[in-house]
Amino acid sequence: MIFSRFLRYWMIVRVLEVQKELLEMDCKKLRDEISAGRVRSVSATEAVFRAIEKNEPVIGAYISTFKEQALACASDIDARIGAGEQAGKLAGVPVAIKDNMCTTFGATTCASRILENFQSPYNATVVEKLLAADAVIVGKTNMDEFAMGSSTENSGLKQTVNPWDKSRVPGGSSGGSAAAVAGRMCFGALGSDTGGSIRQPASFCGVVGLKPTYGRVSRFGLVAYGSSLDQIGTITRTTSDAALMMNVIAGHDPADSTSVGEDMAPVGDYLEKIDEPIEGLKVGVVPAFNAGADKGVQKAITEALEVYKKVGAEVIEVDMPHLDYAIAAYYVIATAEASSNLARYDGVHYGHRTKHAGDYVEVYTKSRAEAFGKEVKRRIMLGTYALSSGYYDAYYLKALKVRNLIRGDFSKAFEKCDCIMMPVSPTTAFKIGEKVDDPLKMYLSDIYTIAANLAGIPAISIPCGLDEHNLPIGLQILSPAFSEAKLLQIARMFESQTDWHKKRPPMIE
Amino acid sequence: MREKIDQSQVKKVAKLSRLDLSEAEIAEFTGQLSAILEYVEKMNQLDTSKVEPLAHCLPVSNVFREDFVKESLGTEKTLANAPEREGDFFKVPKILDDSSGA
Amino acid sequence: MNKLQYKVLVGLEIHVQLCTKTKMFCGCALEFGAAANSRVCPICLGMPGVLPVMNGQAFEYAILAATALNCEIAEFTKWDRKSYYYPDLPKNYQISQYDLPFSSNGFIEIPVESERTKKIRITRVHLEEDAGKNLHSSGNFSQVDLNRAGTPLLEIVTEPDMNTAAEVRALAVELQRIVRYLGVSEADMQKGHMRFEPNVNLVISRDAKEYKTPIVEIKNLNSFRALERSIEYEIQRQLDEFLETGRVMEVGNKSTRGWDDVKEVTFLQREKEEAHDYRYFPDPDLVPVKVDSRWLAKINSGLCELPIKKQVRYVSQYKLSEYDAGVLTAERTTAEFFEQALSAGGEAKRLCNLLTQVGLKLANEKGCGVAELGITAESVAELAKMINEGTINASAGDTIMREMVKTSKGPQKLAEELNLIQKSDAGELEIIVEQVLAENPKAVDDVKSGDKKGKKALGFLLGQVMQKTKGQANPKVVSGILSRKLS
Repeated sequence: MIFSRFLRYWMIVRVLEVQKELLEMDCKKLRDEISAGRVRSVSATEAVFRAIEKNEPVIGAYISTFKEQALACASDIDARIGAGEQAGKLAGVPVAIKDNMCTTFGATTCASRILENFQSPYNATVVEKLLAADAVIVGKTNMDEFAMGSSTENSGLKQTVNPWDKSRVPGGSSGGSAAAVAGRMCFGALGSDTGGSIRQPASFCGVVGLKPTYGRVSRFGLVAYGSSLDQIGTITRTTSDAALMMNVIAGHDPADSTSVGEDMAPVGDYLEKIDEPIEGLKVGVVPAFNAGADKGVQKAITEALEVYKKVGAEVIEVDMPHLDYAIAAYYVIATAEASSNLARYDGVHYGHRTKHAGDYVEVYTKSRAEAFGKEVKRRIMLGTYALSSGYYDAYYLKALKVRNLIRGDFSKAFEKCDCIMMPVSPTTAFKIGEKVDDPLKMYLSDIYTIAANLAGIPAISIPCGLDEHNLPIGLQILSPAFSEAKLLQIARMFESQTDWHKKRPPMIE
Repeated sequence: MREKIDQSQVKKVAKLSRLDLSEAEIAEFTGQLSAILEYVEKMNQLDTSKVEPLAHCLPVSNVFREDFVKESLGTEKTLANAPEREGDFFKVPKILDDSSGA
Repeated sequence: MNKLQYKVLVGLEIHVQLCTKTKMFCGCALEFGAAANSRVCPICLGMPGVLPVMNGQAFEYAILAATALNCEIAEFTKWDRKSYYYPDLPKNYQISQYDLPFSSNGFIEIPVESERTKKIRITRVHLEEDAGKNLHSSGNFSQVDLNRAGTPLLEIVTEPDMNTAAEVRALAVELQRIVRYLGVSEADMQKGHMRFEPNVNLVISRDAKEYKTPIVEIKNLNSFRALERSIEYEIQRQLDEFLETGRVMEVGNKSTRGWDDVKEVTFLQREKEEAHDYRYFPDPDLVPVKVDSRWLAKINSGLCELPIKKQVRYVSQYKLSEYDAGVLTAERTTAEFFEQALSAGGEAKRLCNLLTQVGLKLANEKGCGVAELGITAESVAELAKMINEGTINASAGDTIMREMVKTSKGPQKLAEELNLIQKSDAGELEIIVEQVLAENPKAVDDVKSGDKKGKKALGFLLGQVMQKTKGQANPKVVSGILSRKLS
């Protein structure tokens, strides 16, 4: 009798260990195990949903989850693999999608009350690609409303906390996706980045966040915020997972006029050479710029640069005189485009409509006022003002010129180095509520990430340390347009020498 | 160049943006927008007289599609998310003027 | 007494719907009369996350039209968003062109009285997407149908070079003819393919001083008749208003008036036209278009001789009447059929008669063009030759033409089958003439007496010969023989 109780206890522990082992696999390993039939997608999916059951009440990463659908999909994939069929690049891997990418299943809310019940009749191109790659979609993640924010506190629907410290923000606007990955509630996720919205939450949550070159990944089905800045990217626990997901989502889309053609920039295999270090790597740094970060962050960046030096890289100083103006230019361009992109939310064809409209104009003014959050309203007004008669030249046109200067800074710098390294954020994850009342203060925290969006170049955030509060610090690496393969190799060089990406939030232990 | 924005301007902008804001919100936004616009003035420190505006990051042009018919959604799916409909139409309160709204 | 003279200035803004198969930025079919909201997709519905992709055919049609309008084609052109809120505009902005339209600085030649043409300058031609339709149902609601939203529109803006309502109408008609010739638009007024917005004002001279009345834009004109009538009305109204109030043009006092087709008056819609703040900026979802000379040459290989040029040429070269030249050039296929028949050897005036009096009538009955009647231009040319050579007479020609359409047989064959070949052999006919003369001595005497009775008798004798030959005698030859024998 004691023996059978012991046996049962041992089996439960073993199951939990197997589950934990399972959840610790990266996408690539999981995919390979599933394709070989050694692990069932259903097991991985069930493990994910058990983790959701356990951790979601604290973290709150998901706006919606699709347990039944996910399990059915997983089961189908297992059956097909069992029958000897060819498996997709992400076969059986449970992934999450930020809720600003349209899906025909569930709602697509953008964390806004104006789209709370919006059911898209079409899938975003990236979603189609994930499905074609046999990924299992777990759910849609929380975000700052319409991607406007740097903490996910602007979500109109719910709060997400940082798995490392639930009194702190997960970062934003892809906070839900980053928290879900860090919280082992999915194996990888898609986010979107307009001014740092993938990289910053990735750095706050201790995971890897990649923003591709503008035009590398289709924007069709990504609810537009700043159209000339938005890109969909990956949030994963390792650089090879980022490469794997890029292999699925990158590529030309005829439905997106701004997506780049194969002739201009062919998509290679991002995994192929990822373990090959770059010989004679030249790393550019902008010391004066880095000096604006917290001491703890600066220290981690310096130590990371030492790791690179140890493996043969040369660190050189580059001059980028216009980086200081990036925030100003961004908040004019992004808000101008946003004010136009969000004009369609008017209560007429879809979305929330007010019950108090006296005439047709009030359908607009009241529906929008009732359902948009404060940050969204602020940015719409800022953008409208910047484009309005008499101000266009002074603000919008000026910002486009500053943008050109910033792109010029990068072009010149990349003549001297293969990549540029800097912090992702001046701080680690700040406390919930700390910056929410001072919009300008919140904007200024985007100082390191924004320039890459203005210039359209790729950038990645990889975990490179923990501060004195045991909060993750991210190292940002930027490289020339369409050089993601090389960027991933450079990031992998660090990852293969260190353990930071293996650190887990305390609540996961 | 404008240093700040005042409440009457904020009201005008709110109207252009089709946002019905309360007096309290107008006051709050006026302060915040002023601060942001003052920060944005920073750009004037740069001489951009000889710089071209960069609207598109990509040197891409001439993207077209063929004139082939693709299936439409169909009336039901088109109206599926409509907050108010009347038969096969979207329904709005009567539009009194016959021309576009200003 | 104040001597008052005035000059009328009208500029016209025209929207022309292109006849591509699909909308400007999405693959929804363009279909007139489709069930409400059945030709809509997420893109033209302006759903979250959608992106526009330019219809290449629409762009090429636009270039063709602008070239035919003698415009300069820009090497670099881009797309801009024009923001305003309206329920038939789902994105609440229209994708249009603002400061860098694809073409500008052209002109259109319009026919004015007595063989003259006048050049009306065109400021610009650009491409944009159309909005949907608002329908006002009874009660307190309006209904919105988005089938039309996203249709490719050409916007043509002229300088105020027109000075009469008739000239404006002539321009509208000519433009319709041109776009149909090019095959870029059906320009069917019934289907709303062409919409007009004239801007009218007067320059009044009185006591050696000049006064300009405020500009009025007239909206909601869907027919040539409405266009002409509304301008005529407006001219008089502005004159009356000036005499009464002395109001002149000032910055910002342009107004908008609608046209009531029933009451036949213009009525005020919007006073003091506030400059709309459309907040134009380059559309970040679309990339610019660069037009190089090679591409331009390829597109312009679709150009043809313009209708006005043809019309003028038919009058001067072939001596056709203005009216007939107008009828033949009304549609490109008719003109081309005519020209084909000409090069097959047909004579212009004869062909013109055959086509205008028989061919087009038959075509109208069948609801098709002359070129679709099932007869070749060569066979019509042959028919024309047969008439001119006297092988058959003119009315036989009409009959044969009708039969050609019915049976698709050639003119020679039909003439033989129907016994319509004229007998022109003088010898043969002389025998018959002598027979007739012998049978009708009284008539012969009447002719020889030389008076009015004689003329009638001559006709009678001719008729008798025609009867004996069952209408096949060549009347010219018979008349000749009769005159000879009776002189």
